[in-house]
Amino acid sequence: MADEALFLLLHSELVSCVYKSPEQGEAENGRCITKLESMGFRVGQGLIERFTKDTARFKDELDIMKFICKDFWTTVFKKQIDNLRTNHQGIYVLQDNKFRLLTQMSAAKQYLEHAPKYLAFTCGLIRGGLSNLGIKSIVTAEVSTMPACKFQVMIQKML
Amino acid sequence: MAVCVAVIAKENYPLYIRSIPTENELKFHYTVHTSLDVVDEKISAMGKALVDQRELYLGLLYPTEDYKVYGYVTNSKVKFVMVVDSSNTALRDNEIRSMFRKLHNSYTDVMCNPFYNPGDPIQSRAFDNMVTSMMMQVC
Repeated sequence: MADEALFLLLHSELVSCVYKSPEQGEAENGRCITKLESMGFRVGQGLIERFTKDTARFKDELDIMKFICKDFWTTVFKKQIDNLRTNHQGIYVLQDNKFRLLTQMSAAKQYLEHAPKYLAFTCGLIRGGLSNLGIKSIVTAEVSTMPACKFQVMIQKML
Repeated sequence: MAVCVAVIAKENYPLYIRSIPTENELKFHYTVHTSLDVVDEKISAMGKALVDQRELYLGLLYPTEDYKVYGYVTNSKVKFVMVVDSSNTALRDNEIRSMFRKLHNSYTDVMCNPFYNPGDPIQSRAFDNMVTSMMMQVC
């Protein structure tokens, strides 16, 4: 579909635009990741507002996570999350065996070091979506072999 | 139709509030404020309900002598409160529901506006016009 290609192109442009600055090094890299993450956060907030407009009220946290894995993921990445695991104590692991934003790269270890910058936006997307639904969280991503990746969502319990 | 429309953030502070008889604004602020407890009560009761009963529209919150107060809560816990003149008996539940839908659609548009910061008071002209049109219809 055309809109899918547009999103992929826009996302890769976004990453290269954020990484354009001549400075290099660990600190600069961190700054770029934060920038991409916060962009994702704002987009996630807006998207979730639109997607949940016609759905029934969510029952609990797990219900929300299922919504993210199914409806939200399908709308953004045209596929569902392949595996959702939880320890029922606020940690969720979302596994995608063929993550859309990584499929364009060679499926080996070659570009592994560049993977984090293509995942930061999506981490923000999840965090923004959850925060708008009233769940504070920390989202981290992890890649071992290229198109597969795992997102770990740690829910911050509000005291 | 409606005499007062309010949008309340999930942390329970007002994002937007407007009432038509401007001379008695404070009374409406008070009415909306007191309705928030009823909203909270309804939501916590709803958590246990069946799927088809978990609707966003909360229905009539409470009637006062002159007004009826209706509520609606989005999935992101933003509350919409609408105060309607109780002499207006022609207003059916379904119409109130569709007014809330319109309000929700408009709020979503505001939320997706990149120049709007989530949590700020709503100053969008499009939203304002929509609320005005809702208040104007056969007052």
